[in-house]
Amino acid sequence: MARRVAIVGTGQTDHRSHRPDVNGREMIYEAVKRALDDCELSIHDIDAVVIGNMDHFESINYVDTWSVEGSGAVMKPIMKVTTGGTTGTSVAIAAYYHVASGLFDRVLAIGWEKNSESDTTAAIITCSDPIWDRFSYSGAIPSLATEASAYMKQYGATQEDAARVAVRDRTHALNNPHAHLRRPITVEDVMASPMLAYPIKLLDVCPRTDGAAAVVFAADGVAQKIAPKPAWIRACAVRHTYTWFGDVDYNAGLVSLQGASREAYQQAGIRNPAEDIDVAELYLPYSYAGLKWIEELGFCGPGEGPGFIQDGHTDMGGKIPVNPSGGVISTNCIGATALLRVAEAAGQVMGKASQRQVPDVEVALATGFGGCFWSDMVILGTVRP
Amino acid sequence: MTTERDYGQLLTLTFSTPMPYEWSIGKYGSLFFHEIRAHQRFIGIRCPQCGKVYVPPRRLCAPCFMELDELVILANLGTIMAFSVVNYPFPDPATGEQRPIPYTYGYIKIEGSDNIFSHIINETNVERIAVGMKVAAVFRDREEMQGNIQDIKYFEIME
Repeated sequence: MARRVAIVGTGQTDHRSHRPDVNGREMIYEAVKRALDDCELSIHDIDAVVIGNMDHFESINYVDTWSVEGSGAVMKPIMKVTTGGTTGTSVAIAAYYHVASGLFDRVLAIGWEKNSESDTTAAIITCSDPIWDRFSYSGAIPSLATEASAYMKQYGATQEDAARVAVRDRTHALNNPHAHLRRPITVEDVMASPMLAYPIKLLDVCPRTDGAAAVVFAADGVAQKIAPKPAWIRACAVRHTYTWFGDVDYNAGLVSLQGASREAYQQAGIRNPAEDIDVAELYLPYSYAGLKWIEELGFCGPGEGPGFIQDGHTDMGGKIPVNPSGGVISTNCIGATALLRVAEAAGQVMGKASQRQVPDVEVALATGFGGCFWSDMVILGTVRP
Repeated sequence: MTTERDYGQLLTLTFSTPMPYEWSIGKYGSLFFHEIRAHQRFIGIRCPQCGKVYVPPRRLCAPCFMELDELVILANLGTIMAFSVVNYPFPDPATGEQRPIPYTYGYIKIEGSDNIFSHIINETNVERIAVGMKVAAVFRDREEMQGNIQDIKYFEIME
């Protein structure tokens, strides 16, 4: 029987496009220090560490070893977990497993990226099979563009519908002092931005960010002594599909998110997601995901995403505010990106989200996306499960 | 290589040295390229459990976790399932050079197969490409073939 686990502290850097003032381990340290300060723990209280990033982005292997002065893992159990875009949720879920197993009481999860140190598209391409896929593959954007085109054709969604998602996230980022992009944009700005790969334009996609995040997980009995209002893990689900791009069934939708959400909702006893969940921090790497993936998550029915967004249901003050932090479109330090979703959702549950706090949050959802159309889900709540 | 050192207060180090790798294509993948060279056509492989035909052929079916060995001869024809015209520049990790743009990344279902083959389509005008169009693979001349994915030059729209 797994032990109950809660998040008791979170920390993140002030995210920027380029941090030449710090190397990787120093940047990791900034997030770790803030997470420990947040829950008033010392590094000596931490029993184990899980860390991850995108393998080829910095081209420095074995972050579990070389980062120890920043992660604080000297002479502690440390493990590197790397799953592409889902790395951040993978480190969170691995830290949860560590504590739930009963072997460790206080575990630190770290995600980080110095995106400025390489070309993001070239680095992402190294995830693809060198014999078959690498010749034609051009990184994340065209794969997502094909998904967007299919969705527009199926439901008549428009580029303006998607632009509203980017505008929402960038507007929310104005409330987040840590966010990378903090300049408001309009639908017209998105429409006028350069076309990268039809129908995706520059302002439809996430930026490249230098940044790190850290989250402290603690066991039942320990968590309550550390945090007055811990964020309890109500559910975790992982669905990782194929690694061959040609094996993904694009007509079936994001099946990994459909599968992960079904399992997570069942674990957490959620029947009507848009009613039962108070706030969602979703890994939406581009605007069209904000239409289609909320359908996969059951916030609304198939093809209803554009109307759900336009009616303001996902804005602050709406039925289910999405990305009060500004989301991935405002900040994308990739190995940290999904962990930021978990940290932000935890902050909402703990009532520590300051200017971006949604009132009276009892249940919060965080997702991770990456790999080859892979999805992770974490549901947090105020009530000990 | 950095030619002029920028002595700003915060320094960076540039690495731009080639690091060669040699990847094994495997038995079935090698057969795929031999078939292209010998007969200008594709070869796939069928899963004995689910019946799905994969191209290029590979040893394992992931959902069934089965080993495959039944090869299937396929024509060089297919259908566009999805595509995207790539307009932004990036360094190609396969060559170290910037990949020429624009180019069209295509998901193509090869006739007689059940998965999707990704390659390029030699048409970059979005108005002239549509999902559902029939395409044919155009191969390199036999004497220029090297046993790699570029032995297929591109897919050409047939209509």
